[in-house]
Amino acid sequence: MIAYIIRRLLYVIPVLFVVSLISFSLMQLVPGDPAIVIAGTGASPAEVALIREQLGLNEPFHVQLLSWYANLFRGDLGTSLLLGRDVIEVTVERLPVSLSIAFYALVLTLIFGIIMGIIAALRQNSWVDQAVMTVALIGVSLPNFWLALILIVLFAVELGWLPSAGYVDYRVDFVGWLRATTLPAVSLAMLQMGLLARITRSTMLEVLRQDYIRTARAKGLPEHVVVGKHALKNVMIPVVTVIGIIFSVLLSGSVVIETIFSIPGVGSLLGSAILRRDYPVIQGGLLLVATMLLLLNLLIDILYAYFDPRVRYGRD
Amino acid sequence: MRRLLRHKLFVTGSILVGLVTFGAIFADLLTIADPTRMSVRTRFEPPSLEYIFGTDNFGRSQWARVLYGARLSLMIGLGVVVLNAIFGTLVGALAGYFKSLDNILMRVADAFMAFPVILLAIGITAALGPSSVNAVIALAAVYTPRTARVVRASVLVAREMEYVQAARACGAGDWRIIRRHVMPNCMAPLIVQLTFIFAYAVLSEAVLSFLGLGAQPPTPTWGNIIAEGRQYIREAPWITVIPGLVLAATVLGLNLLGDGLRDVLDPRLKVQQ
Repeated sequence: MIAYIIRRLLYVIPVLFVVSLISFSLMQLVPGDPAIVIAGTGASPAEVALIREQLGLNEPFHVQLLSWYANLFRGDLGTSLLLGRDVIEVTVERLPVSLSIAFYALVLTLIFGIIMGIIAALRQNSWVDQAVMTVALIGVSLPNFWLALILIVLFAVELGWLPSAGYVDYRVDFVGWLRATTLPAVSLAMLQMGLLARITRSTMLEVLRQDYIRTARAKGLPEHVVVGKHALKNVMIPVVTVIGIIFSVLLSGSVVIETIFSIPGVGSLLGSAILRRDYPVIQGGLLLVATMLLLLNLLIDILYAYFDPRVRYGRD
Repeated sequence: MRRLLRHKLFVTGSILVGLVTFGAIFADLLTIADPTRMSVRTRFEPPSLEYIFGTDNFGRSQWARVLYGARLSLMIGLGVVVLNAIFGTLVGALAGYFKSLDNILMRVADAFMAFPVILLAIGITAALGPSSVNAVIALAAVYTPRTARVVRASVLVAREMEYVQAARACGAGDWRIIRRHVMPNCMAPLIVQLTFIFAYAVLSEAVLSFLGLGAQPPTPTWGNIIAEGRQYIREAPWITVIPGLVLAATVLGLNLLGDGLRDVLDPRLKVQQ
C-alpha cells in the first residue's frame, strides 16, 4: 500500500509541473504587449511602463518563469492588479464559498443520480425506466447558465421562494446559506445528475446479473437486502471513481453560475480576473484550482486502492 | 446501418441534429430578415405568425438570429471536432504506439485535464482575445487531450494484436503499421468520442459567448442572444427561452447520436438497453 501511494505521488509531481507551466504561460499567449492590454484603453505610456515593470514583463520568458517559481516556493503568487491584494489570500478567502456550493451540488448529484439510476435499473425497460432515463438525458443536455436564468425567474422572481442572488456564510446562518445556494447548486448539479444516473443504471444492471446476486436471492433474502446490501456495494465502485470528475465539472461550472448569482466565490473571482486580465490572479487561481483537483483525485485513487486491493497490483 | 435505423434514440437524435443542421445551412432561404437589422417599431414582439420566435430588444427577428446562431454554433462545434480528430489522433497514436513518448505525452495530457474545462477555455479565449476562431482554438486545446486518451487506449490494445506483430515481422515500418493496421481499429471509439465532443463543444461555446468571449455582437450566437435577453427575461421571456431550448435540443440530439453510434459500433461499451 505504501509503495502504491509513493508511486502515485511520484506520478503527480511531473503533472503538477506541467500544470504550473500552463498556468504561467497563459499570459504569454496575449498577442502584443500584455502591459497595454492590462492597463486598458486610455492609459498613459507611464502607466503602461509601470505595469510592465511591476510584472517583470521586460525580462525574457525564462527569467520571468524562474522568478515566478522562486516566489511560488515561498508561497507568494503575487498581488492582484485589480484588488491590490495577495493572490493566495484572496483565493483562499473565497474558497470555502465555492467549495460549500460545489459540495452541496455534489450531495444533490449523488443522492438523486444514484437513486434515479437504481430505480431505472430495477424497473428495466418499463415506463418508469424510460421516464427516468429521459429526464437524465435532458439533464445532461441542458446548458447550466440557461437553466440558472430560468430557475431564477421561476423560483425567485415569480414564486419568491428563494433569493435570486447573493451569498450567506454557512457559519453565520445555515438556513440562509441553504436558501442562497439551492438554486446555484441545482443548476450545477443537473448535468452530473443525469450522467451519474446513467452510470449507476448500467452498473446496477451488470451487477444484478452476477452469480452472487442469484445466490442471495436463492437463499430467500428479501429484495431490498439483495439490492441495498449486496448489489449496492459493487455499484458504488465506479461511482466513487467518478466523484473526482464530478467535482471538477462542478467547480468548472461555478465560474458562470457564481457570476449569474453574484456569489463571491473562486469561480466569479477567476471569471472576472480573466475578463479583466488580472494576470497574477489568473495564474495563481488556475494553479491552485488545478492542484486542488489533482490532490483530490490522488486521494480518491488511494482510497480506491485501499478498498479494492486488485487496483494496487493490477493497474498502472 | 440497419441496426442504427432500428435504434430509436439514434433516429430521434438524427432528426434533432438534422433539423438544426438544415436550419443552419439554409438560414438565408428560411428567413429574409437580416439578423442584425434593428427596428424600433418591432421591439419585443412576442412569437406570432409574422415573427415565429418573436423579436428582441432591438426589434430584430429572433427566428433569423437563432438560425444564424445555429450556423455559427455548428461551425464552431465542427471546427473543434476536426482539430480534435487531427491532433487527438496524432497524439493518441504516438503515445499508444511509442512507449518512449507515452509517459511525457500523457503527463502533459493529464495536466491539461487537471484544469476545469470551462476555466481553461475562458482563460485561453480571454488571452487570445474574444472571437469565434479563438473559441475554436481554446475548446480544441481543452478537449484534444481527452480524445488523445481514448485513441491511446485503443492503440494500446491494437498494438498487441497478432496481425500487427505479423506485419512487423514482415518488415513493415512503424508509420505503415499505425496507418494501415492500428488506426482502423481505433475508428469506432474515436467516432463515438468525437460525437460527444461535438455536443460538449456546442455547449461550451454557448458558455463562452454568454460570458462575452465568443463571436462579438451584433453577430448572433446562442450564448450572446441568451446573455442579451437576460435583462428582459420577465417582459420578453422568449428572447432567452427559445435559443436555450434550441441549444438543449441540439446537444440532446448529439448525445443521442453518440449513444446510438456507441451501441452499434462499439458493443463492448453498450449501455444495457
